[in-house]
Amino acid sequence: MTANGWLQILVFLLAVFLITKPLGAFMARVFNRERTWLDPVMRPMERILYRLTGVDESHEMDWKEYALALLLFSGVSMILLYVLQRVQQWAWLPWNPQKLAGVPPALAFNTAASFTTNTNWQNYVPETTMSYLTQMVGLAYHNWVSAAAGMALAIAFIRGIARREQKTIGNFWVDMVRGTLWILAPLCLVGALLLVSQGVVQNLKPYDTVQLIDPYQTPQLGSDGKPVNGPDGKPVMQTVSQHVIAQGPTASQEIIKELGTNGGGFFNANSAHPFENPTPFTNFLEMFCIFAIPSALTYTLGKMTGSPRHGWAVWAAMALLFLAGVSTAYWAEARGNPLLTSAAQHSSPHPASALQSEVNLEGKEVRFGVVNSALFATVTTDTSCGAINSMHDSFTPLGGMVPLINLMLSEVIFGGVGAGMYGMLVFVILSVFIAGLMVGRTPEYLGKKIEAYDVKMAMLVVLIFPLVILVFTAISVLYNFGSSSMANAGPHGFSEVLYAFTSAVANNGSAFGGLSGNTLWYNTSLGIAMLLGRFMMILPMLAIAGNLAGKKQTPATLGTFPVTGPLFTVLLIGVVVILGALTFFPALSLGPILEHLLMQAGKTF
Amino acid sequence: MKKNLVTAVLMTLATTVLFGLLFPLLITGLAQVLFPKRANGQLVTRNGKVVGSRLIGQSFSSAGYFHSRPSSAGTGYDAGNSSGSNLGPTNQSLIARVQQDADRLQAENPAAAIPMDLLTTSGSGLDPHISPEAAEFQVPRIAQERGLSADVVREAVRQHTEPRQFGFLGEPRVNVLELNLTLDEISPKPVTR
Repeated sequence: MTANGWLQILVFLLAVFLITKPLGAFMARVFNRERTWLDPVMRPMERILYRLTGVDESHEMDWKEYALALLLFSGVSMILLYVLQRVQQWAWLPWNPQKLAGVPPALAFNTAASFTTNTNWQNYVPETTMSYLTQMVGLAYHNWVSAAAGMALAIAFIRGIARREQKTIGNFWVDMVRGTLWILAPLCLVGALLLVSQGVVQNLKPYDTVQLIDPYQTPQLGSDGKPVNGPDGKPVMQTVSQHVIAQGPTASQEIIKELGTNGGGFFNANSAHPFENPTPFTNFLEMFCIFAIPSALTYTLGKMTGSPRHGWAVWAAMALLFLAGVSTAYWAEARGNPLLTSAAQHSSPHPASALQSEVNLEGKEVRFGVVNSALFATVTTDTSCGAINSMHDSFTPLGGMVPLINLMLSEVIFGGVGAGMYGMLVFVILSVFIAGLMVGRTPEYLGKKIEAYDVKMAMLVVLIFPLVILVFTAISVLYNFGSSSMANAGPHGFSEVLYAFTSAVANNGSAFGGLSGNTLWYNTSLGIAMLLGRFMMILPMLAIAGNLAGKKQTPATLGTFPVTGPLFTVLLIGVVVILGALTFFPALSLGPILEHLLMQAGKTF
Repeated sequence: MKKNLVTAVLMTLATTVLFGLLFPLLITGLAQVLFPKRANGQLVTRNGKVVGSRLIGQSFSSAGYFHSRPSSAGTGYDAGNSSGSNLGPTNQSLIARVQQDADRLQAENPAAAIPMDLLTTSGSGLDPHISPEAAEFQVPRIAQERGLSADVVREAVRQHTEPRQFGFLGEPRVNVLELNLTLDEISPKPVTR
């Protein structure tokens, strides 16, 4: 660990802190339908959209209609994405310069579920599977609307808290449209161009072929991916003198991938690929975009509920949990893998060098180094983003456990765009409930009594999440159709499966990427897990919002537990950590914790 | 229900046109006008032939070239198939690979400790960079193969070393392809294998 490393982490957090108030206040204005400086451009577009789609913007929805609108919108757009993947090879469709074939049904279902739920789990290699048309019109499109839908839900929940004795929580269509036009679109326009100026590609041309200046020999691979042996029993060698370089409309997808906390890479290597993330600055910008909206939403929460200090108390809980995660990951990766270090010094006459010989660089890029890889891994799993700039599968056991735990805490550390906010608000409700139990009075939250119905719904959210993860993981490791996909043996193989289902249910999309997910079992089970993880969380959450909106305001008294100070922040952190730890500690001890102990003992698999 | 279903269909179509088509095409247009070289992948040409992209690493195996890091993309640096190794920290094949590479590298330059980046694959398999330490480690071999003084080679390395961006972001790094192209300019003698 170096001083410069810590500086990079702190500058990043400072930048996130600085955007929180201006962006959060702007978002409050947008969703309260107040005037903003973007109105002259966006208001006419908004009106045209409503006229085309038959939206009555003065109509207010109760929580059931709000949920219905969301479900219908998700369903229709998911079907369109499925169909698009299946027919992308049709000759009259544009932008398929590589003549890529149609996507097989199970994979197309998995991908459609994945992008509709804001997960962006990828069981395919984009370069060799998806045409430019599918990437733009299908995948990147869902990055926009799934993020906007998440934001709308968070706002609806906040309205539920803020409103008194009302049945309605807003209009889904209006919230979704305003989120895309006023918030996502302007930020994406500027961000995409910034990315291109640093070298992120943006074109529609066929892949380039380059002549290597130093052609090399490599064993010829058969159709099964194994080297072909000649008559003499030795592998047949071939000379490679050309390479193909994949291209495409990357920047326009890259920016919304981060800003909407989606995370689906334009290329297989995601943000580790130099065309997606060429410089340390693009890396900084991408991480900043991941945190910007979720962080700002805490301010929006404070603003719209009339309690700015409550917003900051929630922000503080998130920031502290973030710092704990990134410090652990940075420490673990900088400390390195003792097995790797001793292998590196296998034939060395030198003592352990003061150079970078201990750090774990497997699966990491030189331009990012250990600190930016650990930071990115933390940021992407604190939120529901799931983009990666290094391979989590090759992290040390404890370093890789940090992203896994972040997912298991339901991604509420800033969290996904919108999803993090409503996830955290469920924990907030549980926190005030527990505080109420301690002093023996009906808990209140910002003037609303929290009653049995609210707590029941909150518990549904908290229980469905581990249930889906653990059941699917257990089935996968018990049967050959699941365990045969593991790329690593020993406890690490278990971690791969556990990570996959946690990532799917948490709608994250990052992976311990060695797991071969493109099988009938994983395409189907992960697809279902993602849909459950999205919609089975949203329904109880909206039910709470609807119920809260109808309640009377109770004036605060001396006995009311304040949700604005450090005491609340600490209690909230405690609830998040204890619930996550109690649920998942047994599974973690079979995976990363066991692997860490075995690694220290020098055991390999 | 029916009204919202109609809206759902129409909204999907309308927003698809807006964000799935118009936005990426607008960005493509702006990018091609404002940053044409960068938007197209910063391809590098030599003698009229495209020999690579400055952002995409390549395999170099001849002794007279600086070598890149090991790669897991296809058969190595396959930019149509980016990928990391995804080998876990206790995987025997990872440890065996590192040991084998360490033996080879240590024989090449017994005088120095091997920098970790030369022993590990990158996340993309396309890492265009090595660390300045990894370049320094290879300087004696290059100097000998090319019949150059070590200082001339070091100067070329220095030319292609990028510092941390804005003085603090990321890590210092050396662009391998550009460095090797410069080497060929300084000493165009045929490279022995």
